[in-house]
Amino acid sequence: MIRLLRDHLRPYRNQIVLVLGLLLVQAIGNLYLPTLNGDIINNGVAKGDTDYILRIGGWMLLASFALAGAAIAAVYLGARIAMGFGRDVRGAIFRKVETFSQVEVNHFGAPSLITRNTNDVQQVQMLVFMALTLMVSAPILIVGGIIMALQQDVPLSGLLVVILPIMVAFIALVMSRAIPLFQAMQKKLDRINQVMRETLAGVRVIRAFVRTRHEEERFEVTNRDLFDTSIRVNRLFAVTMPVMTAILNLSTVAVMWFGAIRVDSGDMPIGNLTAFLQYLMQILFSVLMAVFMFVFVPRAAVSAGRVREVLDTVPSIRDPEQPAALPSAVARMGGRIEFRDVEFRYPGAEQPILRDVSFVARPGEVVAIVGSTGSGKSTLVNLIPRFYDVTAGAVLVDGVDVREMDRRDLWSRLGVVPQKAFLFSGTVASNLRYGDEEATDDQLWHALEIAQGRDFVEEMDGRLEAEIDQGGANVSGGQRQRLAIARALVKRAGTLIFDDSFSALDFGTDARLRAALDREMGWATRLVVAQRVGTIMKADRILVMDEGRIVGSGTHAELLAGNETYREIVYSQLSEAEAVA
Amino acid sequence: MTGPMRPPAGGDGARPPAPAGGGLRPGMRPGGRGMGPGGGHMMGLTMPPAKARDFRGSFLRLLRRLRPERTLIVVVFVLAIVSVGFAVTGPKILGNATNDIFAGMISKQIPPGVTQDQLEAGLRAQGKGQLADMISTMHLTPGQPFDFTALGQVLLILAGVYLLSSFFGWMQAWIMAGVTQRTVYRLRQDVDTKLGRLPLRYFDSHPRGDLLSRVTNDIDNIGQTLQQSLTQLITSLLTILGVLILMLTISWELAVISILAVPASIVITILIASRSQKQFVAQWASTGSLNGHVEEMHTGHSVVKLFGRQQEAIDVFDRENGKLYEASYRAQFISGIIQPAMNFISNLNYVAIAVIGGVRVATGQMSLGDVIAFIQYSRQFTFPIVQTASIANVLQSAIASAERVFELLDEPEEVADPVEPIRLPSTRGAVAFEDISFRYEPDKPLIDDLSLVADAGHTIAIVGPTGAGKTTLVNLLMRFYELDGGRITIDGVDTRDMTRDDLRRTFGMVLQDTWLFHGTIRENIAYGCDGASEAEIIRAAEAAHVDHFVRTLPEGYDTVIDDDATNLSAGEKQLLTIARAFLADPAILILDEATSSVDTRTELLIRRALDRLMHGRTAFVIAHRLSTIRDADTILVMNRGAIVEQGDHESLLARGGFYAELYNSQFTEALAEAV
Repeated sequence: MIRLLRDHLRPYRNQIVLVLGLLLVQAIGNLYLPTLNGDIINNGVAKGDTDYILRIGGWMLLASFALAGAAIAAVYLGARIAMGFGRDVRGAIFRKVETFSQVEVNHFGAPSLITRNTNDVQQVQMLVFMALTLMVSAPILIVGGIIMALQQDVPLSGLLVVILPIMVAFIALVMSRAIPLFQAMQKKLDRINQVMRETLAGVRVIRAFVRTRHEEERFEVTNRDLFDTSIRVNRLFAVTMPVMTAILNLSTVAVMWFGAIRVDSGDMPIGNLTAFLQYLMQILFSVLMAVFMFVFVPRAAVSAGRVREVLDTVPSIRDPEQPAALPSAVARMGGRIEFRDVEFRYPGAEQPILRDVSFVARPGEVVAIVGSTGSGKSTLVNLIPRFYDVTAGAVLVDGVDVREMDRRDLWSRLGVVPQKAFLFSGTVASNLRYGDEEATDDQLWHALEIAQGRDFVEEMDGRLEAEIDQGGANVSGGQRQRLAIARALVKRAGTLIFDDSFSALDFGTDARLRAALDREMGWATRLVVAQRVGTIMKADRILVMDEGRIVGSGTHAELLAGNETYREIVYSQLSEAEAVA
Repeated sequence: MTGPMRPPAGGDGARPPAPAGGGLRPGMRPGGRGMGPGGGHMMGLTMPPAKARDFRGSFLRLLRRLRPERTLIVVVFVLAIVSVGFAVTGPKILGNATNDIFAGMISKQIPPGVTQDQLEAGLRAQGKGQLADMISTMHLTPGQPFDFTALGQVLLILAGVYLLSSFFGWMQAWIMAGVTQRTVYRLRQDVDTKLGRLPLRYFDSHPRGDLLSRVTNDIDNIGQTLQQSLTQLITSLLTILGVLILMLTISWELAVISILAVPASIVITILIASRSQKQFVAQWASTGSLNGHVEEMHTGHSVVKLFGRQQEAIDVFDRENGKLYEASYRAQFISGIIQPAMNFISNLNYVAIAVIGGVRVATGQMSLGDVIAFIQYSRQFTFPIVQTASIANVLQSAIASAERVFELLDEPEEVADPVEPIRLPSTRGAVAFEDISFRYEPDKPLIDDLSLVADAGHTIAIVGPTGAGKTTLVNLLMRFYELDGGRITIDGVDTRDMTRDDLRRTFGMVLQDTWLFHGTIRENIAYGCDGASEAEIIRAAEAAHVDHFVRTLPEGYDTVIDDDATNLSAGEKQLLTIARAFLADPAILILDEATSSVDTRTELLIRRALDRLMHGRTAFVIAHRLSTIRDADTILVMNRGAIVEQGDHESLLARGGFYAELYNSQFTEALAEAV
């Protein structure tokens, strides 16, 4: 945490010094008031000197003004620094993640990256704010309070030696019991959320299986469990504050008693006694505050660690220092993809997921890749845009090893439709223009037409300007896929890669889409990964994958005649009875 | 961290000269959720500041929920009065002790034998009239050594008063913990029971996340507010009252000064709070949109890269991030002002009392102890006022939460089961839809006058494009939704004359999206069949071809399926739900037989298992496979909510209509070339 704070608070160091100064002024002001009050009693009241009382009163007023001014300025600066710190860290994380390759994104997982950039930063940022406004002033007030108390009367200050340890011991006792209880309670809250989530997600099944009562009993057990823990937490707190109060109040009584002895023996003026009382309270309060606040330090430290983890990650894939100079992509010119003896294994995996993969896809060709789940199809596709680097061999795009290309150049040559058709919030048009910002409406419609999306977009409210929710949640799976296809088409890249992109389409739409692609995009090289035999039967070449290897390559007819794996796949989808028919 | 331990609010944080002496009330905790930095809002980013629509009504309703605890609440009140009573008398006694010490100090300096009157007269003679006035308010015993026994007695009483105050404060909080937690427990139970009674329509129209947050976050919010704010509210109001009375008994002139500070504090608090509330809303909104952007860009990380949109993503991020910064520093700053402002007023008050009090003591109109007591009272006075003002804010959000929960509790429930339901002794499985009509939304016609008969043991395949209403038929059959017209019968009995439970027990379901819950494989198979024997479970697993697979797992049938069942593949999950259906042995089956993203071997297993399962049962199949369709006794071809064709495979093909077209486009192409 220290390092994160040091790095990202550095730009604010002057302001931080200023805040510390203001807090010091505040502390001095706070400590000064009781002294002035003591003076009023000793020199004014006890001597009946009204002028003196008024004069000191004026000073007190002035101190109050200074105090309020300093406090407001400190809060202002504190808020600026802490929130600025949060903003900077968020920006740093976001920029960092944008440099990540798929390896790092998978390592953390998108949801975890999101939490780190939001909740975790929030935690640390609030700690900074609290530190700058409250936490720092606690030690100042404690030390200052002790100095002032000593000034009032040294022997009486000895009471602190007794009171402080009692208080700290009690707080430690409460904390040691409270922290495990809190953890238990958090777990039980999570548990009740989980039960609830399951109940809501499975509402149909629960009713279909007549399990409503059973689920209710399960919930009740969890609820009862949460109740038991939360009542223990609350009862612990029920005893905490009264005991703290009793300690503070009994301290007052003790000070009065011993103070009286000091006053009686003439060692201490009575005004010092009241001032001392106020300092005592100030010290004890500050200790209390400090302890309660430091409870949040461990939690923020965990968050800071998680943030650091992201910032410290070095992306495994970087652009080459001197990218190869490629002839710029020519319009309506198919790309060329080549795999040369490619082997790939995920970091830490025992077995490579791809081995000895070699093939070439030439301009205008349709190359299909089939195989069962886990055979390595998607991995193969992910190597082309260099989401991962091969562990042996090479992947070449337009004749150049992808590792020697500037990735932006590489990506501009590829039109990819990912397996999970991901849409962004915005409109249909803004999503399609991801492919090409300059694309005209006509071009968008044309792409939609090829992608078989024209009909449903025309029926949508606002057509091209129809709203798309985050992730494309407001359109069906098939529509989402067609929009993602259209988006890739708008890009007019030389190579189109379809990673199982037709799975949510019904057979008819699938067939029409492929026909339109042949007609309109015949010049582009197309790589098609699919589960369905129907989708790929007409490809120029079909690569059959099994356990990471290409076990067959050829046209549908060739493979059906001579490839066992391919036949198995075909017959699993079209049962023998159907095949005979 | 949840529960009562909140980040300490500004409430006590930078509190300058702490109330000397007995200023502290057991109920005040430094964790009070105030508006100060570190208050509820800060960590409360998970909870948008919300306003209740009908504050009064919802508040009263929430209070009514406390009714079962009313006896205890009365006890809490009494304890609070006692505790506050003791706490507020503390400073008064402390003041008396100070007087004693002061008097003792002066007494010692006077030669013995001189009376107080003589002393005063002497002083006046020396022209020290003021001092004489002051001394006139004291109770002096000239020449006597300081009476420590008397002081000791006073202090003992004081200690006792403080201890009792703490003790009663503890009792009160202890009881209150039970009261609120039980109330929250009951509220959760009610909501859960309610969820079991709501029609499915409700779940369709309400996002799951929203429902979840009502059951968890909202109830949690209510619980914390009840626990903290209610007690604080009671004690704060009592403290204000008690302190006011005592202040008036000491000096009404000084009391007036202190009371003047009250409206000032309230006005300032309200002014700042309403401004900061606005900033918090802005902060909440920009947090939301920033998080949305981050979520989107991270989830679509590869797409952003492939389309070369990183710079744009960063630009948008910076813009949103900047907005959040502006909003949040304003929010924190403005809410952070409240504390210094309160302190300032409190300090002004302090100075005024010290000066005026000092003068009055010097002129003999008041005793020193009274001034000191008064200073403490005035300190005690501001704090509960600020607290009450901030509780009003917290209460707003809690009432808004309560409103959302009550809204859920008020939703209309499913039509009740018939009082005298018909029970089928044994179900043959003959199903008939008679002229049924149904629509999800009143203005969007879906199914009108649909009729169909499924004889016992027959297989009915339902085909049609996505969104044709296939699933709707199934939902109506299970009575997840109520018909708008017509009726559905099973063995001639209207399904509405049966209880829902009895009706649904006659069905077995295997759905496309498998539903497994957190538990062992054994529990998951036996779901729906309490008291199934081990042998029966294994037999069902064998029938579903999943027994072998289960036995390869390290813990066999005791393997725990985790939350998202990530330790099982999609196909294995499907087989488990088939085993579940085998065990339940229903008369009627409902199958959604899609096997997408399952590898070929598993797909074969699933198919074989399903074929066995369907044997001898009436089955409604949302068909994806040709073989099912061909073998089905009846094929329903649906399009846009209507059955457009109905018949067996041959007759439908012969007809050359929608089915024939669908069939040809979907299957023949693949089929012809495959062979």
